[in-house]
Amino acid sequence: MNVLLDHLDLFRDGFIGTVSLTAASAALALILGVLIAGFRVSPVPPLRAFGTAWVTLLRNTPLTLLFLVAFFVLPQVLFPGISSYVLGVLALGFYTSSFVCEAVRSGISTVPLGQAEAARSLGMTFVQTLRMVVLPQATRTVLPPLSSIMIALTKNSAIAGAFNNPELFSVQKVLSDKGYNVMVIFVWVALAYLVLVFLISGFFRLLERRMEVAR
Amino acid sequence: MSEVSVTKDAAPAAEDLVVLDNVNKHFGALHVLQDIDLKIARGEVVVVIGPSGSGKSTLCRTINRLETVDSGHISIDGKPLPQEGKPLAKLRADVGMVFQAFNLFAHKTVLENVMLGQTKVRRTEKQAAETKARALLDRVGVGNQADKYPAQLSGGQQQRVAIARALAMDPKVMLFDEPTSALDPEMINEVLEVMKQLADEGMTMVVVTHEMGFARSAANRVVFMSDGRIVEEATPDQFFNNPRSDRAKDFLAKILHH
Repeated sequence: MNVLLDHLDLFRDGFIGTVSLTAASAALALILGVLIAGFRVSPVPPLRAFGTAWVTLLRNTPLTLLFLVAFFVLPQVLFPGISSYVLGVLALGFYTSSFVCEAVRSGISTVPLGQAEAARSLGMTFVQTLRMVVLPQATRTVLPPLSSIMIALTKNSAIAGAFNNPELFSVQKVLSDKGYNVMVIFVWVALAYLVLVFLISGFFRLLERRMEVAR
Repeated sequence: MSEVSVTKDAAPAAEDLVVLDNVNKHFGALHVLQDIDLKIARGEVVVVIGPSGSGKSTLCRTINRLETVDSGHISIDGKPLPQEGKPLAKLRADVGMVFQAFNLFAHKTVLENVMLGQTKVRRTEKQAAETKARALLDRVGVGNQADKYPAQLSGGQQQRVAIARALAMDPKVMLFDEPTSALDPEMINEVLEVMKQLADEGMTMVVVTHEMGFARSAANRVVFMSDGRIVEEATPDQFFNNPRSDRAKDFLAKILHH
């Protein structure tokens, strides 16, 4: 019989799981990424050092290793009894934040220096300058790389499936254990990912078109 | 014991709005500002001229600490320039700056450009800020462009908006860093006229420029810089008709007779 129609609820739960993991960790990654990018361009040396360390550490660690740390070290040391969903979101969000940070930072450097100088000479503080003048103008340049990062995050969320989180990729394991043809399962799983990824890139293309700034 | 030094430190007279005392700055091996002493009185218009690379733009930018200095002291209205942070931001709000490249905020309309500093730095009510912004835009002659974006304006119009944006903060002193150098010849005058008007109204101004006509007509004092030093300070009449230093004679010969 058709593996998709027979297990529609399983696929649906997996799809929802992937969407939920991706959305939560994307939100975390965006907030942290923008914040750390601010640190990296700030005039305060300790903040800059922290930002650099954050990016170096998280960007250069294999995601699976981060998951191992999150699931087997973090609960032991800090938060016992924390849910696997939260741990998965933390690992994905922190990891992705380092990429978001660098994308945002590259966007910041495309904004002419004179814009920040004009803002500062009006008496705006560093945070005001960044928030009201520089970041709004950096946004459009940041969107294309951000779109790639979010797509990568969607696919990376599969690793959370191996760590006790119901999501699309783990559906495959459940069904193949029941003896279904793996190839057919994979086709449906891949299609579901495709739908998500198209939605994300479409969303970003829409944003890009809306944010056209005349120079 | 400390009283003696306090009275000594409070030396700058009340009329001196901007004081640069023995200021030095290096860009790597280049000594761009060498022992600069300059006092600018309230209401005075000082025009800084000199050949390219003489350090005049850098001098202008040190006054609101867009460039830091290596040694020496700068004070504005009796207060020494603070280090980076909130106090510096507060002081910068009182020092208007107009750039060669205009630097209007590209993502904001002309009106928003003139309102932003008022609402975010001075915490002025939006309505009051808009009224003031429109009045200033009218004053510099671009009132009908208020809802356009900077890129839709000509260079001369953009620079006049930039002047309005700086004036919206009610600055104690205005710094002009080569305000007409990026403009087409036919747009230079419309900007100079606004500046001339401002000078006539008694605004304290430091103007770095190559416009000798403006220096002649609007300046109280001409400061001539060369190779990081102030070579000559004089009234415009004296400077243009009877320069003392050879360096200034040479410079004037090159720009006035061609």
